[in-house]
Amino acid sequence: MTQAPLEYYLMLGALLFAIGVAGVIIRRDVIVILMSIELMLNAVNLTFIAFARFLGSLQGQVIVFFVMTVAAAEAVVGLAIIISVFRHRESLDPRDMQLLKG
Amino acid sequence: MIVFFILAIASIVFSVLIVAQRNVVHCAMALAATLFILAVLFLTLDAPMLGILQIIVYAGAIMILILFVIMLLNPAAIEARPAAWWTIGSIAAAALFFQFAALLLRVPLPSAGPAVPDSFGGPESIAQTLFTDFTLPFEVASVLLLVAIIGAVVLAQRQR
Repeated sequence: MTQAPLEYYLMLGALLFAIGVAGVIIRRDVIVILMSIELMLNAVNLTFIAFARFLGSLQGQVIVFFVMTVAAAEAVVGLAIIISVFRHRESLDPRDMQLLKG
Repeated sequence: MIVFFILAIASIVFSVLIVAQRNVVHCAMALAATLFILAVLFLTLDAPMLGILQIIVYAGAIMILILFVIMLLNPAAIEARPAAWWTIGSIAAAALFFQFAALLLRVPLPSAGPAVPDSFGGPESIAQTLFTDFTLPFEVASVLLLVAIIGAVVLAQRQR
């Protein structure tokens, strides 16, 4: 089985990242925005792993390990904040979370 | 090569579904599918350990967490943004992608990967790198996880 070249993996990573950015801009639901951020992190992970394979170095894979750790922490704290905000505002719409707006 | 194209098209379709679907639960399901496909892509890149971790941590733990929060809050569907936002978001994302693509096409990249031993990306080799070159980040990550646990408990508990 021949392996796809590095460019293809990087293009796929860039495309998934761009779709995640579109999700953050377009959607009005905090949970979906969080999911789009997870998608962006995963696109970056794919890039790291592709480089790790094509440079023959394991350091890229270890960095992905750390990105997963940070993503898990981010998801946990983010969802806790969402629950906490939902209790006060009864809404998941970022337009309702503007207490700091001048 | 064919495997890569099938997986790439499937992952693109599912990630577009994350953005495009109205129902939050359907978005979460599309995200789970995307994460599974990315795990398979990791396997094609000789990263078996991370592929399995991806399924356990992302498709398992994080997706369950997100689904539980959706169930718990039972949010009413928020009305979609007006079409202008869809245009702006799509154009911004397309511009970003073309910037990335232009950059990728300009930089010389290694054409074929070097031959790697069978143990490449297995638990043993990952642990070897993790505990020799990355000992300090490993310890910092453990502290980060502890802080995240305490922070989540404090944030999500009911105020008295």
